[in-house]
Amino acid sequence: MFGLNPKDARLLIIVAIMVVAAPVLLNPFPEGSNLAQFNAGYPDLMQRFVIFGIFAIGFNILFGLTGYLSFGHAAFLGIGSYAAIWMMKLLTMNIIPGIIVSVIVAGVFSLAVGWISLRRSGIYFSILTLAFAQMCYSLAYSVLTPITGGETGLQPKVNDPRILDAATNDGVVPKTNLFGLEMTSSTEIVMGGWVFTLNAGYYVAALVMLISFYISIRIFRSPFGVMLRAVKSNQQRMNYTGLNPKPYTLAAFVISGMYAGLAGGLMVAMDTQAGADRMFWTASGEVVLMTILGGVGTLIGPVLGAGAIKYMENILSKINKDILHQWFALLPDGLEDVIVALIYPFVGKGWHLTLGLLFMLVVIFLPGGLVEGGQRIAALFKRKRKPEDARSGKSTEPAE
Amino acid sequence: MGILEVKNVNKRFGGLQALGDVNLSVAENTCHAIIGPNGAGKSTLLNCLVGKLIPDTGSVMFDGQSVLGRSPHEINQMGISRVFQTPEIFGELSVMENMMIPCFARRDGAFRMHAYKDAGAERDIIDRAESVLEDLNMIDKREMTASSMSRGDKRRLEIAMCLAQEPRLLLLDEPTAGMARADTNNTIDLLKRIKAERDITIAIIEHDMHVVFSLADRITVLAQGTPLVEDTPDKIKGHPKVREAYLGEAA
Repeated sequence: MFGLNPKDARLLIIVAIMVVAAPVLLNPFPEGSNLAQFNAGYPDLMQRFVIFGIFAIGFNILFGLTGYLSFGHAAFLGIGSYAAIWMMKLLTMNIIPGIIVSVIVAGVFSLAVGWISLRRSGIYFSILTLAFAQMCYSLAYSVLTPITGGETGLQPKVNDPRILDAATNDGVVPKTNLFGLEMTSSTEIVMGGWVFTLNAGYYVAALVMLISFYISIRIFRSPFGVMLRAVKSNQQRMNYTGLNPKPYTLAAFVISGMYAGLAGGLMVAMDTQAGADRMFWTASGEVVLMTILGGVGTLIGPVLGAGAIKYMENILSKINKDILHQWFALLPDGLEDVIVALIYPFVGKGWHLTLGLLFMLVVIFLPGGLVEGGQRIAALFKRKRKPEDARSGKSTEPAE
Repeated sequence: MGILEVKNVNKRFGGLQALGDVNLSVAENTCHAIIGPNGAGKSTLLNCLVGKLIPDTGSVMFDGQSVLGRSPHEINQMGISRVFQTPEIFGELSVMENMMIPCFARRDGAFRMHAYKDAGAERDIIDRAESVLEDLNMIDKREMTASSMSRGDKRRLEIAMCLAQEPRLLLLDEPTAGMARADTNNTIDLLKRIKAERDITIAIIEHDMHVVFSLADRITVLAQGTPLVEDTPDKIKGHPKVREAYLGEAA
């Protein structure tokens, strides 16, 4: 299907179903219940899941396939955001031009940065990309204030030209839209105690994510993808096999930069503001964490990693002391205080501590990331099932 | 006029004259061995042929064209493939993928952005890779991860990868170094068969005299960066200068 082998096609279909059903799947707890705060099915967070998923998918094309660890990819995300917001200020609040231009601008920038950084490999390459990203951040924060808005960042204003849009006289900034469909528009479905929010912006971002995911599968399985893995494996052999690793690596760098730009553009389309903070080095580090946490070089890993980190960032960080006390209210007073004191450092503002621990556990025990964890669990089930099958005389097909 | 002509090549590393006035002519469709004691400049000479080093003076012509100043991948595309002392393969990739890469290099050149195709549907590439694997009795290992194979199989794979490109000149840098006797004999048999069945010129650097005398049509003895003598294996065996410089007085 779509030129994919059956296994990849199945993965794509599963991801598509999950993405479409996400507003329901991520809201397993009824509204108003104690556990409702673990619901992640609200538009803001779901948009972040898929947008950072795109960012991580693109990063994985560079890091997972070629092994070149860029520490400056947030710069391309930020540049994409600025490009998109300028399109919204100058042309139209329709998101299409903004997203296209953000991809192109990020591609051009990554071509320049990659051209220079790829003269070195290993740690020197990482440092070069980090230096570029920090330069971009500093420039956006100070010198380039007329273009980037400096500290305050950029938002669409009422009196922006927007030459393609019809004039509005009501003094309100128009909302981003896709040919009239506003990104913020939502439909709420109430079923018993549950409330599911179907948001237009989320589905637009999700569609873009599915397309990005499909393209990444195609790249992984293409001759070009084989060459990128060859770059990671043995550049010496590549050279002596008549292949030039440089343009391959640069192409991977530009593609992943364009993915980052796309994510940046989508971010602006969903939430119309852009600031320099998006380019800070911690943001570059975050996408590295996402990719490693999910599984470097796997197809679905980066998406899972992005989801896991964004979930913790938004859900764990909201648990405060009062909520903890409420949970353990049934325990005797002294014990309750002890348990709350033990758990508190790991939630709320301390969620980074949980992330750090999880990251350590994954790197030490599951070097293949969450994907490897999933595979091990699947293998465990298979082993358990086999003796039963043998008894009943059935043979199982290998799960390919 | 040989397919490979090395003329007056000098290479100096600081105070060390690694190569001094090396002249070498390798005739087409022969196997030419270069032997010499450690530090004789064999590897330096090889590196000058494949673009890893550039000689200070002199010329290296392959099939009438100079290779000097070209990068390794350009020289490979001219028709020179190299086998390394320790097998250089794509360890993390499967044997089949290892074989497909040189096939792509041969068909598409040094770089082609074919990201929209499915590598598994490139029939001509797969057929070519499989035919070489079959020829070298490795077809049953096609799904194995290359790094998990034995030393001998890695060497065999590396040779297969070179053959898939149909090079005109195959350079072998101590192809049996560190191998068990059985693996060495297998490699010799394989190289003999390649020589007999294909239109290919082989230049080999080797320490193991057993390997050299079973394969070479001509032998050049290198000592202290200079060719001492060049002749047929039989003559080399009895040559007094060679005995003195290389095989040692005891021989």
